[in-house]
Amino acid sequence: MATKVGSKGLTRRQLLARATAAGASFVVGSGFMAARNAAWATELSALQPTTFATLVQMARDIYPHDRIDDQYYVLAVKGYDTADAAPEIEAGIAALDAAARGKGFANYLETGWEKDRVAILRGMEESPFFQKIRGGLVTGLYNQKAVWPIFGYEGESYSKGGYINRGFDDIDWL
Amino acid sequence: MVAKFDLSDDSVVVIIGTGAGGGVLANELAQKGVKVVALEAGGRYLPDDYINDEWESFGQLAWTEPRTTSGDWRVAKDFSGLPAWIVKAVGGTSIHWAGASLRFQDHEFKTKTHYGNVDGANLLDWPIDPAELAPYYDKAEAKLGVTRTGDRPGLPGNNNFKVLEKGAKALGYQEVNTGHMAINSIEYDDRMSCQQTGFCFQGCKWGAKWSSAYTDIPRGEATGNLEVRDHCHVARILHDDKGMASGVEYFDKDGNLQMQKAKIVCLAGNSIESPRVLLNSHSAMFPDGLANSSGQVGRNYMRHTTGSVYGVFDKPVKMWRGTTMAGIVRDEARHDPSRGFVGGYELETLSLGLPFMAAFLDPGGWGREFTSALDSYENMAGMWIVGEDMPQETNRITLNHGVTDAYGLPVANVNYTDHPNDRAMRDHAYARGAAIYDAVGATRTFPTPPYPSTHNLGTNRMSEKPRDGVVNKHGQAHDVPNLFISDGSQFTTGAAENPTLTIVALAIRQADFIAAEMSKGNI
Repeated sequence: MATKVGSKGLTRRQLLARATAAGASFVVGSGFMAARNAAWATELSALQPTTFATLVQMARDIYPHDRIDDQYYVLAVKGYDTADAAPEIEAGIAALDAAARGKGFANYLETGWEKDRVAILRGMEESPFFQKIRGGLVTGLYNQKAVWPIFGYEGESYSKGGYINRGFDDIDWL
Repeated sequence: MVAKFDLSDDSVVVIIGTGAGGGVLANELAQKGVKVVALEAGGRYLPDDYINDEWESFGQLAWTEPRTTSGDWRVAKDFSGLPAWIVKAVGGTSIHWAGASLRFQDHEFKTKTHYGNVDGANLLDWPIDPAELAPYYDKAEAKLGVTRTGDRPGLPGNNNFKVLEKGAKALGYQEVNTGHMAINSIEYDDRMSCQQTGFCFQGCKWGAKWSSAYTDIPRGEATGNLEVRDHCHVARILHDDKGMASGVEYFDKDGNLQMQKAKIVCLAGNSIESPRVLLNSHSAMFPDGLANSSGQVGRNYMRHTTGSVYGVFDKPVKMWRGTTMAGIVRDEARHDPSRGFVGGYELETLSLGLPFMAAFLDPGGWGREFTSALDSYENMAGMWIVGEDMPQETNRITLNHGVTDAYGLPVANVNYTDHPNDRAMRDHAYARGAAIYDAVGATRTFPTPPYPSTHNLGTNRMSEKPRDGVVNKHGQAHDVPNLFISDGSQFTTGAAENPTLTIVALAIRQADFIAAEMSKGNI
């Protein structure tokens, strides 16, 4: 049965309960619960909610862009929420949490400072799990057309007749 | 009227590959009345089909069948299964190329003479004199409509070029302009002018950039002498008991093995697939592969000394707008050993869209050092380094019998290790590239490692003596007189220039030679 995760519904309450139990760092660290604007909501079919929340945080820590909302990181890793992929992801996140504990934190998600989480990731960056997540994000995150405007990238211009009359040489500060 | 030839017709010239080499050769022969069957592994895509989206286009056009890599080049680590970024389609990599059309400098035809002995390098003079190729460069420039040649004006400079130009001139560079480009600055040869759309690498949707896909191929077909068979993957070249090429075996679009008889076979599958076909064509008579008595088939693989420099500024550049390769600095292309290396390099503007920038800026990189660079994407300018790399016998294409393609054929392994000369040149170019951007106020610069190879050269090289190479000055195999190499694999050395114009000039010249030899009854 699908588990609904996100800004509304039972599972959100469950997550809130867990977050409360786990401490405020859950909220701070993940941004996951902070979908105040209901910008995203997602159905989980195979991964545990905390696993997915940790995965989203890991994705942001690998490619941190402060101007990019969580919803795009969610979309970038949503493909791992399948029966086939889940065991490897659960195991990988479990290893990530174990590494966090090894550094004196409760788990990855509750490691409050980015620099501490990055140090945990650096310790496992040669692992197949890390490389799989990082490699997948290169297309999973940056090939989302919706994030392009955040970087100023305009995508295709053929449909607008190119830039011949639209500023291909408009640089004015040289 | 598109021709249709019988598989048993042994009067045809069979050309393998339809890119800048094979596509031009096919048309040039067809125009002379020679009957041609062109076999192309990929499908047909025309400007309307091209997709201005980097990954989607890559999926449409790139050759993504398995290949393997080895050696200490960084591509083997970053892109182990993708040594080259080249196209599998009618028109080949002429769909993807940026359009830079530069003649070799005279001394680059004679590197053994001018550079002398370089330890570990297998340098050799081309068996062609520059003067011999000059009239064919004229023809190639006219065919491609190269800007700043003939009476064709240059392209206007985009933002990315203006940044390069200002920085280069501040450093005192003299030869800085919008390049010699096979991209129309004015309407030419029934093709419209550049609309500054970007996405030159994904196929020009306006047809302003020359590609054999929509010029030479349809014109050849219109003669009634050329049949192009797409989705035909060549397995091997066959020979008769006299050691002459007699036909080509290929898998057709349904995966069935076919055999086209041939009077002459011309191989133009690029510098990875062409030697692979020759090596896969081994027989009792040619146990080391066809045309390989020298042992040089697959060796001396060159891919240009490349790299990129991206600069970040405090204000927007929007480098993706307009022509991808929008301008050039040529001052460093000279041979000047006082810089610590032989040969030279060109600096040419380049831009990548955000998706490819994320993949190629620092492959494997992550964290804020990486993402803060991408956060400044809008304020970036970019340039590409294209320099002459040293031919080395151990940089080579071999068959990897442990990995087979969809047809059960061993795939190509690409082994490449930088020569010390290559490293010295790249480091010099990184420093000069960064200095250019620093001179315009860059706040940060990135020496970006090489992308998968687009300039694949030298693996069936021309030589005067049969023991030194695979083909003679006409691209004709030393061992098999009716077998020709018609792509960049015939390059003896790589020069500093983008190779396409030279590939096209050689193809036009080879067509003259083949037609003349046929009429004399020599082949």
